[in-house]
Amino acid sequence: MAYEGIGAAVRRKEDVRFLSGRGNYTDDINRPGQLHAVLKRSDRPHATINAIDTTAAAAAPGVIAVFVGADMAADNVGGLPCGWQIHNKDGSPMAEPPHPVLAIGKVRHVGDPVAVVIAETKQQAKDAAELIEIDYTDLPAAATMPQALAAGAPAVHDDVPSNLCYDWHIGEKAVIDGIFASAHKIVKLDLTNNRLVPNAMEPRAALGDFDTSSGDYTLYTTSQNPHVIRLLMGAFVLHIPENKLRVVAPDVGGGFGSKIYHYAEEAIVTWASAKVRKPVKWTAERNESFMSDAHGRDHISTAEMALDAQGNFLGLKIHTLANMGAYLSTFAPCIPTYLYATLLAGVYKTPAIYCEVKAVFTNTVPVDAYRGAGRPEASFLLERLVDVIAHDTGIDRVALRRLNFIPSDAFPYQTPVALQYDSGDYVATLEACLKAADYDGFEARRAEAKARGKLRGIGVSTYLEACGIAPSAVVGSLGARAGLYEVANVKVHPTGSVTVYTGTHSHGQGHETTLAQLVCDQLGVPMDQVEIVHGDTAKIPFGMGTYGSRSLAVGGSAMVKAMDKIIAKGKKIAAHLMEAAVEDIEFADNTFKVAGTDKTKTLTDISLAAYVPHNYPIEELEPGLDETAFYDPKNFTFPGGCHVAEIEIDPDTGVTTVVNFCAVDDVGRVINPMIVEGQIQGGVAQGIGQALLESAVYDDNGQLLSGSYMDYTMPRADNLPSFTVGTEITLCTHNPLGVKGCGEVGAIGSPPAVINAVVDALKDYGVRHLDMPATPQKLWSIMRAGKAA
Amino acid sequence: MYDFAYQKPTSLADAVKALSGDEDAKALAGGQTFIPVLKQRLAKPSTVVDLSGLGLAGITVSGTTVTIGAMTRHCDVAASADVKAKLPVLAGLAAHIGDEAVRHRGTIGGSLANNDPTADYPAAVLALGATIKTDRRSISADDYFQGMFTTALEQGEIITSVKFPIPAKAGYEKFPNPASRYAMVGVFVAQTAGGVRVAVTGAGQGGVFRHADMEKALAASFTPGALDGVSTPADDMNNDIHGSAEYRAHLVGVVAKRAVAKAA
Repeated sequence: MAYEGIGAAVRRKEDVRFLSGRGNYTDDINRPGQLHAVLKRSDRPHATINAIDTTAAAAAPGVIAVFVGADMAADNVGGLPCGWQIHNKDGSPMAEPPHPVLAIGKVRHVGDPVAVVIAETKQQAKDAAELIEIDYTDLPAAATMPQALAAGAPAVHDDVPSNLCYDWHIGEKAVIDGIFASAHKIVKLDLTNNRLVPNAMEPRAALGDFDTSSGDYTLYTTSQNPHVIRLLMGAFVLHIPENKLRVVAPDVGGGFGSKIYHYAEEAIVTWASAKVRKPVKWTAERNESFMSDAHGRDHISTAEMALDAQGNFLGLKIHTLANMGAYLSTFAPCIPTYLYATLLAGVYKTPAIYCEVKAVFTNTVPVDAYRGAGRPEASFLLERLVDVIAHDTGIDRVALRRLNFIPSDAFPYQTPVALQYDSGDYVATLEACLKAADYDGFEARRAEAKARGKLRGIGVSTYLEACGIAPSAVVGSLGARAGLYEVANVKVHPTGSVTVYTGTHSHGQGHETTLAQLVCDQLGVPMDQVEIVHGDTAKIPFGMGTYGSRSLAVGGSAMVKAMDKIIAKGKKIAAHLMEAAVEDIEFADNTFKVAGTDKTKTLTDISLAAYVPHNYPIEELEPGLDETAFYDPKNFTFPGGCHVAEIEIDPDTGVTTVVNFCAVDDVGRVINPMIVEGQIQGGVAQGIGQALLESAVYDDNGQLLSGSYMDYTMPRADNLPSFTVGTEITLCTHNPLGVKGCGEVGAIGSPPAVINAVVDALKDYGVRHLDMPATPQKLWSIMRAGKAA
Repeated sequence: MYDFAYQKPTSLADAVKALSGDEDAKALAGGQTFIPVLKQRLAKPSTVVDLSGLGLAGITVSGTTVTIGAMTRHCDVAASADVKAKLPVLAGLAAHIGDEAVRHRGTIGGSLANNDPTADYPAAVLALGATIKTDRRSISADDYFQGMFTTALEQGEIITSVKFPIPAKAGYEKFPNPASRYAMVGVFVAQTAGGVRVAVTGAGQGGVFRHADMEKALAASFTPGALDGVSTPADDMNNDIHGSAEYRAHLVGVVAKRAVAKAA
């Protein structure tokens, strides 16, 4: 049998079902008597609701019920809670305005849900929704952050007249001001990080199923973390105790963060199912996804670096405006603070950092974590700033990076912004990537491209991220209203096969394979006898789910801990069966052995004895071979690496083509190299999407102009080159597997590499910086202006 | 989509009758624009008249013309050995409409009847001086296109085929909208018996149009260089988040040169 343990490029077990159309997604689930919900959403960015007339809708064919916000309020339904509280500079808590499930009194963005129609068919519900008459008084909108912060701006929430959610900072301003006052040079850069729409392949869906016999509620939903949804919805919104509420997140077709959050539709179908005493299903159409899935990014920043004469970084000062949208999504406040500002040291030994962040309410869709979540924003800012410093000082951009790298012998390394890096070797990833990209041979390729009339550029980014979130006590002290451990329950069945119940969730990452490989490795059980189960609160102990590249570092560690317990108990059983001392029992390759003898028992011998305990140390040991472990990490993990992008611009049209892309990442120990490469390729595709193509554009009135694929540019295969992906690893020092995480690195490292390459290609046009996305029109305009100058 | 009645007539006369008597009846050809419009509830037809039972698909070639039945799918035009031999530019154009799925449903007649200002076929029809044949008459390309989503077709009039004269030389190039991949600017150039004709799709507010200055320059010399100095006014260009009017006007020049360079 081929090796299937750690390091083997095992094919993904789940792919046969996904690729042959046999996945079981939320919308595939149908319950007897099921009704269909359609939401009436606001087409106004900002308006007062004077009256809602649902009479005609309620009388329409097939309609069972029509509910508005007042109905839910009358039933004591709470608002959608925020899971993270940030404090202002002065110690006061952030503004946390109510987030009603259905709008009450006002609508605050296009797509804000106002009413729900429940009917026998979806078509009937849609027909009836058109009959709902809403009497609005339009209000001026704060569509952008500058609009929202301008004097006299309309207040998105009446009780937050400034539109400021919080005004937060990290670092010592006086220290940084002192450094800046005496610095040799200060380089300043203004930049934005473009707003993105997450666009998971599977639109969100939710099916509420109230059991009229038991009074139990079941919610099937497209979630990355069903326990979190059960906790938030049960405790804060619908007041259903956990024992009466089951949340199932079956196969989920992509999340990228957008399916972490507790959304209104989940509460609506669960609540409505009990009201109408029938199952109620809602499935988003793609245009609803654009206006109701939490968006990502959307920062406006100013970055300043103080330098000495040699180019050493002395101090970094950042000012960032972060868009929250109209309401606080579940984890929105922590993204531009603890997942952003704490990353601003990057891979550099900058001794002092000060960052202030103002979070702003606007009349737009809420913004929350999206693949990378804060870290792409930090990485883009830093890696652009480093290239701009190189531009302004004349120091070579690679030499500048080397000069300022945290050296490989400096770990553990305490940054000035709270984090302590455990391991890394930034020179190793840099050199491997430059070599893979033939960086030294680039000028010849530039000249060759020029002869063909093309502008060729190369860009480097050396990035770092923090993932494996996180020590619960640390995030608790920073405002998290949840723990961030993980759980695993490992059941060795009587005949030796294994089922693992993990609190992580797979929505494309391939956990059914990767996590099974851990069982192969630790217990010696072949893959086809290992089942990984996730996504059902009725089966799995309370787990926190999958985001922030945490599944292996935290969830995998919990599995190792549970399997250690299995092995420890198995040794006791084996010692009894083989009449040896427990200390003399060794376990490897599925076999317990008395050291120094040829006496052995297989894991199956032991599991059978555990469940059929005829000959068993029953006085000292309980029957069964079933162990659960909770693992709370000691620290974040810190993947990092180097990405090099090589691009060509057609000067006639402004079109950028990525002609080569190399990534060398340190993701810690690699369990399945094929899955790691797939994760990195997918992340880089999204990063190239952000850099060149994607942008959620609102007009000044708050209408989403890029509200469909006619106008929102998703990356497609022909926008992407063949990637060269490699790893140069250092092990994480504080988790049992030495793993760091690979889910987000591609999306974090690649955008600055691409933009650095574009700026490099345009160097003869006097370009110092440009914001994403580098669209053909934008580059043509820059080149036209550059020529004129 | 809203409820509607559905008919699939088997004779042209029945189809014309079904569409003529009821101004809310709509014809269904390949449906690649129409069905998404229905799904988004942007149209509420009383009856959808499916034209797929009329036998209007097929390609015939004579010494000087290529005639394509209205219900011929883009993929069939792209794959046709006859079209590739006699009018390769049209096979190439059809091979790049939409995506694979669209090309296996979408039809030339549907595209021309809809006259989307960013569609590809209108540029070919106008630049080649093709003739649109309908159930009742023949319409010259110059008379047919009357502004975006507007044509010379009367209520209930059905396109049956399109007759393309074979040019001495022709080329088509498009700059796709980065998001939708429709033509943001598409330029079709042709040396025809009636002179050089240049048609521009995607760019203009009024849909496909002929570019007189380019035709004049190319008549003097059918080379990319002949277009140096020929400008396109930005006044009537579309303007959106993907391209300003100025950018589109600029692209018309770039794309036209590439079309000439490709012409065969």
